[in-house]
Amino acid sequence: MKRLFALLALVGAVAFSAPTWAEEKAAAAEPVAAVAAAAPAAAEAAAPAAAPALVANKGDNAWVMVCAALVILMSIPGLALFYGGLVRTKNMLSVLMQVFVTFSLISVLWVIYGYSAAFTEGNEFFGVLDKLFLKGVTIESVGATFTKGVVISELAFVIFQGAFAAITCGLIVGAFAERAKFSAVLVFMVIWFTLSYIPMAHMVWYWAGPDAYIDAAAGEAAGKTAGFLFQKGALDFAGGTVVHINAAIAGLVGAYMVGKRTGLGNVAMAPHSLTFTMIGASLLWFGWFGFNAGSALEASGGAALAMVNTWVATACAALSWMFAEWILKGKPSMLGAASGAVAGLVAITPAAGFVGVMGGIIIGLIAGVVCLWGVNGLKKMLGADDSLDVFGVHGIGGITGAILTGVFVDPALGGTGVYDYVANAVAPFDMTAQVISQLWGVGTVVVWSGVVSLVAYKLVDIVIGLRVPEEEEREGLDLTSHGETAYHH
Amino acid sequence: MKFVTAIIKPFKLDEVREALSAIGVQGITVTEVKGFGRQKGHTELYRGAEYVVDFLPKVKIEAAVKDEQLDQVIEAIEKAASTGKIGDGKIFVFDVEQVIRIRTGETGTDAL
Repeated sequence: MKRLFALLALVGAVAFSAPTWAEEKAAAAEPVAAVAAAAPAAAEAAAPAAAPALVANKGDNAWVMVCAALVILMSIPGLALFYGGLVRTKNMLSVLMQVFVTFSLISVLWVIYGYSAAFTEGNEFFGVLDKLFLKGVTIESVGATFTKGVVISELAFVIFQGAFAAITCGLIVGAFAERAKFSAVLVFMVIWFTLSYIPMAHMVWYWAGPDAYIDAAAGEAAGKTAGFLFQKGALDFAGGTVVHINAAIAGLVGAYMVGKRTGLGNVAMAPHSLTFTMIGASLLWFGWFGFNAGSALEASGGAALAMVNTWVATACAALSWMFAEWILKGKPSMLGAASGAVAGLVAITPAAGFVGVMGGIIIGLIAGVVCLWGVNGLKKMLGADDSLDVFGVHGIGGITGAILTGVFVDPALGGTGVYDYVANAVAPFDMTAQVISQLWGVGTVVVWSGVVSLVAYKLVDIVIGLRVPEEEEREGLDLTSHGETAYHH
Repeated sequence: MKFVTAIIKPFKLDEVREALSAIGVQGITVTEVKGFGRQKGHTELYRGAEYVVDFLPKVKIEAAVKDEQLDQVIEAIEKAASTGKIGDGKIFVFDVEQVIRIRTGETGTDAL
């Protein structure tokens, strides 16, 4: 226990020093940005402060708040049940606990420092700690949407984004299920959330908002304040890179670092309840309407497009995984259909509001088949015991979706194109350039999350150890880690 | 008195119970069990992982009967539990030394 507290203290130090470092750099950069913004645009632009205060749109507010609750439903109980059904009876509660408590932990960290470090203007990688403990975020505060002059309550944005942070960390649990030490999971989550989730969210999503793009010069100045991948032009509608590839890499590294489950290959490790897995997958699908369509931040036609894509691409992936499995393995399985649906949800996430419905169908069909390979051929090649296939589904599905977003966003293929807020029109589209931007996104998250995860697991391993003793693993984590059992029969 | 233990296919339980009631067997004990015999197990496939399941679910029926009832009981179970396919199960017969009804203290065939 002492060691645990020592590590927590250490993590605290790391957590608070990293954004501080970001703050220093940001402070150095700030005058430049301020000058740049003020000089050309001084006439009318510089000042959202001078303009009449914008009031949150009630319809958009309602939509984002409902979506936040839907995203929370994805974690608990959706993801918890999806994962829980896939483990053995003796480890059911340990998985439910890891997801449930990770959700709670990250929720608290989000309002303490996560939101501030991710969604304030800092450098390209981190925000600053100006909004620590949500300082200054009141019921009057507003946040940008994707339409000029339309804003939502900042608090609605805080909980919506917090729900994303929580499920991302929860996703990782599947990779080291059935053998990880509970305390190690919690400490790892704190480090990884701070040093991988927050910067990835900042890199991809932080920008000054559309109202800053008044003319070319102001747009350029505002562009420079945005996150690293936002500036690279990488499109990620609802978090394919930030959420899925990010978590999947952390999962894969975890599967290597924690090591294989005892008895893998000799002992039957069949899922104990595919009924729960089906319920979980369905709740994920339902909640994902909030995740994707809510990411429009407005109750708009764009949100409706994201919703339809989330519905149809997912259905396509469930079908394509099922048919591929039927052809290759002889039987269409419930687990296959459920896994296919999740693969489709993952793949359509970065594309949801950018591609047309036919683009969504193709992304879904491809995702189902590619992810089936991810959990079979690729898994064997990688040789890691990623227990619940976090990498095979979320990593491969996420990468597939990220790249295909760059293809199907093309207006010629039914996509929306990329909106130019300076010209107030859809910009001319260059598919090669867009796919390269997407690859920047994928490459950055793979390297960033990979390095952070490696260091974080190593640190936790040294200080408290990553896995439970072998006897405890054999007896099951429910009883040995939590002192209770899921079923009495 | 004899003690009859029969391992049968689970879906045949109702037919066997009806057949035994029809010939006057007063009570049976039923347990869900798993095991293997000549019938092969099956393969289950979960994503990339394949598991051979050797132990198949069966139902075990136990009944204590009078000596003169035995042949009838065996015949009833055989008939009701048979599908003609591999895996129909087996019937075991044991001698019973004593039977006591707990409530009344009756013993022997009176307690059956």
